[in-house]
Amino acid sequence: MVERLTTINAVKIREDFPILKRRVNGKPLIYFDNAATSQKPSAVIEAISKYYSEYNSNIHRGIHKLAEEATLAHEEAREKVAKFINSNRTEEIVFTRNATESINLVAYTWGRANLGPDDKIVLTIMEHHSNIVPWQMLAQEKKTKIEFVKIDKEGYLAQKDIQEMIDDKTKLVCVTHASNVLGTINPVNEIAKTAHRHGALVLVDAAQSVPHVRVNVREMDCDFMAFSGHKMLGPTGIGVLYGKSEHMENMPPFLGGGEMIREVHTTGASWKDLPYKYEAGTPNVAGAIGLGTAIDYLRKIGMENIHEYEKEITSYALSKMDQVKGLVTYGPRDVRHRVGVLAFNLGDIHAHDLASIMDEEGVAIRSGHHCAQPLMEFLDIPAASRASFYIYNTKEEVDSFIAVLEKARKLFSP
Amino acid sequence: MSSDIYKDIILDYYRNPRNFGDLPNPDVRAKDSNPLCGDIIEMQLKINDGKIEDVRFKGKGCAISQASASMLTETVKGKTLDEVKSMSKTDVLNLLGIDPGPTRIKCALLGLKVVKLGVYGYLGQAISEEVKQLV
Repeated sequence: MVERLTTINAVKIREDFPILKRRVNGKPLIYFDNAATSQKPSAVIEAISKYYSEYNSNIHRGIHKLAEEATLAHEEAREKVAKFINSNRTEEIVFTRNATESINLVAYTWGRANLGPDDKIVLTIMEHHSNIVPWQMLAQEKKTKIEFVKIDKEGYLAQKDIQEMIDDKTKLVCVTHASNVLGTINPVNEIAKTAHRHGALVLVDAAQSVPHVRVNVREMDCDFMAFSGHKMLGPTGIGVLYGKSEHMENMPPFLGGGEMIREVHTTGASWKDLPYKYEAGTPNVAGAIGLGTAIDYLRKIGMENIHEYEKEITSYALSKMDQVKGLVTYGPRDVRHRVGVLAFNLGDIHAHDLASIMDEEGVAIRSGHHCAQPLMEFLDIPAASRASFYIYNTKEEVDSFIAVLEKARKLFSP
Repeated sequence: MSSDIYKDIILDYYRNPRNFGDLPNPDVRAKDSNPLCGDIIEMQLKINDGKIEDVRFKGKGCAISQASASMLTETVKGKTLDEVKSMSKTDVLNLLGIDPGPTRIKCALLGLKVVKLGVYGYLGQAISEEVKQLV
């Protein structure tokens, strides 16, 4: 058997992440909560620190040196984001707080202007609450119908639902690129084609995919895409909305205030061009610079390499978890169709008990409903535990995690 | 295998909960959940002469929440309603014999909240802020 050897050296990469030297409850930290937020390399921490200690300034309007440097760095970060997702226009990149705010922006602007009682929004049952609740709020106001595409036994979107639910009444299809519970990578390119054939737009929640796989918005042909900086080695408080300029130009603004206006008079105001029209108030300059640096770091490693490495570690973890008696995993078994997010339950041990036992051993995992209650209901489970991997995780860490699973199983067995 | 918070006694109450189930004719039922993890506890109380004559609980959830509720039923039996109203977080932690830490403390306190809700409900009194903030 020939194994493709990835060029990722996780042991070397770990040296770039100061937090990984930490001990938790006397044990070395094993951080398997990457789907919630990733850790940050020194390069990112230093870039933020450098901004505050060397050129902190408000941007766009200042005529002094610091303002010029800060503006340049902020806009350079926007260019890095655009290139990273293969958008060829920086005006299509709007900085927000996070993926949630990006989705809300579309709901409040495009949604309010374009949806009515005869229209339909199609979501999927595996969406994170952030890609459900804004649409429910909008649907309530506009009396718009919402339908949910279900999943099959393996955790793939039901093709039949996609074909049947997306019809000529559908104005918007919102789909996660990669599920934060099942790990499933959804066929967003095909879904976009189907939606466009019916005249509907497509919004992709890429919070779990952009950090882990190569994402190409032009190939995908999505109309909007949302993701967060903090899940991709960047800081918290910075997120991205990508939107095709043909839509973004015609949408009303989101928040009103400084930065987003061209002219303000007592009788009214006019808006700046893209993307500034959607960026009211002083932005998160440090956050954008940090995100730009995180992108540099990811590009240096290479998204293909990252994806390959994560497939390898996910496949290893799956095979080891299969050997733990009473353990059930959720989502596709084929690692080619999933990201390194592994939700599971062990016998009838409650997910919170399992997370507590893990924590005692220094292993950070997530437990609960993972902000995906409709999916939990559909799977008919009250909660699940979740281990999620990134470039600095190792097979040795997976082995330690398995040992704690065995410990928990023995502790709780009658 | 040792574990700091999953002491044998907690696992024992979790596996073999005391006073689990329904009372034939309860005077009051109270139920609440922890929105964070979905743990549910229901308490049924039989009250006589200002005292808790009998109590049963039902629930679903983690070991800490279920064991703590079960231990609590044994403690409140025979207590006056005023005594139950004045029970504190520390009383529950003493029962459990562990410090579950800031993230799990709410699991431990759900049972206390529900039994207090029952007492306040029986007396027709407004729920105090202290009770609301337990979980």
